[in-house]
Amino acid sequence: MDVSLIDWSRAQFALTAMFHWMFVPLTLGLGLIMAIMESLYYRTKKEKWKRTAKFWMKIFGINFAVGVATGIILEFEFGANWSNYSWFVGDIFGAPLAIEGIFAFFMEATFIAVMYFGWEKVSKGFHLASTWLTVGGATLSAVWILVANAWMQFPVGMDFNPDTVRNEMTDFWAVALSPVAWTKFLHTVISSWMLGAAVVIGISSWFLLKKREMIFSLDSIRVASVVGIAGIIISVISGDTSANQIAEKQPMKLAAMEGLYEGGNGVGLVGIGVLTPEKQYNDTKDPFIFNISIPNMLSFLVTRDFNGYVPGINDLVAGGYDTPNGPAPSIEDRIAQGKAAQNALTEYRNAKKENNETVATEALQVLDKNIASFGYGYFNSPADAIPPVPLVFYSFRVMVILAGFFFLLFIVVWWYSYKRKIVNTQWLQYVCLWSIPLAYICSQAGWIVAEVGRQPWAIQDILPVQAAVSNLETSSVQVTFFLFLALFSTLLIAELSILVKQIKIGPDNH
Amino acid sequence: MKQITSFSGFISMYIEGFKNLTWGKSLWIIILIKLFILFAVLKIFFFPNYLNSRFDTEKEKSESVFQELTRNRNTNTN
Repeated sequence: MDVSLIDWSRAQFALTAMFHWMFVPLTLGLGLIMAIMESLYYRTKKEKWKRTAKFWMKIFGINFAVGVATGIILEFEFGANWSNYSWFVGDIFGAPLAIEGIFAFFMEATFIAVMYFGWEKVSKGFHLASTWLTVGGATLSAVWILVANAWMQFPVGMDFNPDTVRNEMTDFWAVALSPVAWTKFLHTVISSWMLGAAVVIGISSWFLLKKREMIFSLDSIRVASVVGIAGIIISVISGDTSANQIAEKQPMKLAAMEGLYEGGNGVGLVGIGVLTPEKQYNDTKDPFIFNISIPNMLSFLVTRDFNGYVPGINDLVAGGYDTPNGPAPSIEDRIAQGKAAQNALTEYRNAKKENNETVATEALQVLDKNIASFGYGYFNSPADAIPPVPLVFYSFRVMVILAGFFFLLFIVVWWYSYKRKIVNTQWLQYVCLWSIPLAYICSQAGWIVAEVGRQPWAIQDILPVQAAVSNLETSSVQVTFFLFLALFSTLLIAELSILVKQIKIGPDNH
Repeated sequence: MKQITSFSGFISMYIEGFKNLTWGKSLWIIILIKLFILFAVLKIFFFPNYLNSRFDTEKEKSESVFQELTRNRNTNTN
């Protein structure tokens, strides 16, 4: 397999997913904020809330229009660039995506029209319900996408059929109610509130800097800062749950997030650190050039015991440490099991062609015994099972440090807006305005941790990316990569120019 | 303004809404151009379904994926 094909296919998918993810969190976060504003209008009957809600709905609409359907490109890529993956898991992965497309998107699309066209034409209550249902539809879309994504991180509810070479869904509810899916949903959707809050506060601060729309800006900042604070608190709680699940189901990802090569009892949590660039899993180099750690904290966060055991990369490679299911297998063992599973699949299919049921039955038994390690059979050495540690490690810290920054910022902003001091505090207005891109960096960093951290897997333990990719010409993937880059850049420029124009017009003229 | 009470009223609301678009017009133009590029250009010329465009039956597709999954793919991608 041509490594450049795999890397270009990865780069293309990452580009598409990251571009799509520029729009989704603002839809989710800003949607909630504008719905709260309209609820305040409904409750207080004050026209200022209607005016405020309508302005943020306009920003929501621009973001929605430019972002809508960018996710469909990912589905094109599944069929064209990741055909082995799509076939291998299509029965399972397709169901949540279909539900998302049929139900959630249409719900969102129906009520968004009432939200924009229905002012004064439907009752205030019906209009408010439509706004909440638009936000609910967007959130439901996210549920199904995250159910599909969570299945790739923690595959459940399926059986492998060697006759069709497909994993077939045996338990829809195990897939839909996977604990990983719901934790991921909470963490992803609610962290989007932070991004929505940062955008609202940043744009409102711009109005304050221009000495325009003081009441509108103060009201917007007050609502957004409360949403932002709530979003970060809930995200921290769901993030902690997510980290626990990662420790249990994807321990290699956790070890990469922490740059942890040698595990043990009472492991510290790295606050900040600089990794040794040339560090390999099997050398004796110190993993860090410099780091500041909180003693025993990683053990506590993962096991709820300050002296609990956390395996590092070398422990995961070597195996042998205790788990609830007995001693952990080494990566070498799993590679052997994976190769046995793949050989058994070949034997089974050959035996079936020759109508040799005895050999087919024996091969099937070997396959069933080793299917959980099927994907490891594609590796040459344990190094192949380790994700790119520096990218995961630094992205995790960028996400956490920026989330901490926004928590403090939202508290300061809330206090300054409560006391009306923010109107005359120019430095804070500038900080809020220039923090908008930081919110996007924080959100993207979270996705990098989730998706790069699970490498080399397309589906955890079952299918690595090199087996998932279509056997295309690298040049064709390169062409579409640059085509997308041009398309996405154009769309982004279009969005930003329309957004800037409408923000400059302000909430008065629409 | 009189509020909508019937289904036809809702249809009129949609029609009037689209007729009276102001800032939304440029957004609809963007959406339509984007959908055209996605479905009429990208999907057809750049993203044909790999298996559907090469094989007719499910059996052929599964055999192809089996061959792909079991040929030598031991490539270090990290």
